[in-house]
Amino acid sequence: MNATLKVRVWRGDAAGAFREYEVPRRESQTVLDVVSHIQRALDPTLAYRFACRVGMCGSCAMTVNGAPRWTCRTHVDRVARGGRLEVAPLRNLPVIRDLVADMREFFDKWARAGGQFKGDRSRHDEFARVSPQSEKRGLADAGIECIGCAVCYSACDVVARNPDYLGPAALNRAWTLVNDERDAGNADRLRAVAGDAGCLSCHTHMSCTERCPKALSPTAGIAGLKRAVAVAALRGEL
Amino acid sequence: MTRRTETLLWVAQRASAAVLAVCVLVHLATIIYAVQGGLTGAEILARTRGNIAWAALYSVFVLAVAVHAPIGLKAVLAEWFGWRGRARDLALIVFAVVLAGMGLQAVRGVFA
Ligand code: SF4
Ligand code: SF4
Ligand code: FES
Repeated sequence: MNATLKVRVWRGDAAGAFREYEVPRRESQTVLDVVSHIQRALDPTLAYRFACRVGMCGSCAMTVNGAPRWTCRTHVDRVARGGRLEVAPLRNLPVIRDLVADMREFFDKWARAGGQFKGDRSRHDEFARVSPQSEKRGLADAGIECIGCAVCYSACDVVARNPDYLGPAALNRAWTLVNDERDAGNADRLRAVAGDAGCLSCHTHMSCTERCPKALSPTAGIAGLKRAVAVAALRGEL
Repeated sequence: MTRRTETLLWVAQRASAAVLAVCVLVHLATIIYAVQGGLTGAEILARTRGNIAWAALYSVFVLAVAVHAPIGLKAVLAEWFGWRGRARDLALIVFAVVLAGMGLQAVRGVFA
């Protein structure tokens, strides 16, 4: 292990540039530790985001040596090349400053993809009973642990080429709701995710699935949406 | 274009891909079988002229291409050149008609 790490960090907005820092190497050091060290000890003007530090909140994602990652759970050992690290804001999102990306479009797309639960019961009704063994529950479970980190969104080349594309996370969310037996909003939801800005544009590259830190497979959910949308279109329900 | 149209086009592209897969296999198998004893123009025409089954298969082949290619090109034009909207769609309809027209003319040329 080298005694220090050479770290290139993006500074400024889209027209900014990388600046290099030397950071002492420590055992079990994460990329977020490195960024925090720079902000606390070397340059207090560095802007970055984090909250939980334990892989729960989804706020710490950055581009590390060219690939999007959650920085709080990414060990320097695994990603540094020759004692070097390059940290930049997430791709496919506007840069606000330094390592902070503007997440508005990312979350607006969740809303546009019908990401809100739409129930049709009131508190006077019985609880819905969903069997843990049911197929739909299994499909919903497979995608439910998303932490909204936008790593997948940043990894997706279709988002880069088609700015309207809803992207893997929003579509994964829609898929979990399509499989939620309590949800009553699927007609609108399928309409929302159909078409060229929706699931049909996915090229099945699987960059999202490869990069998702929660090991989810948005690609599989999107394939499910494609089938559901195609069936709805053929039945004239779209 | 409505979302329903976009979705139906997507279905049409998958369906035409399935048709193309069969056509290409038959096409390749026929070529491999036919070239074994050498191949001349006269020999080909002797086989294809008046052969209804041959003309039917290749007409289906041509039509599947005319459906499949423009829909794929739609995404290529949008993603690589940012060309979307009505003008692109009209250009692609023209492209589909030209593909079908030229292909069917070629089929007719060796059938009749
Ligand atoms: S599988 Fe689809 S959503 Fe995932 S990265 Fe590829 S194109 Fe994007
Ligand atoms: S699907 Fe995975 S990569 Fe995408 S936002 Fe959710 S947790 Fe992050
Ligand atoms: S800081 Fe919360 S996921 Fe990394």
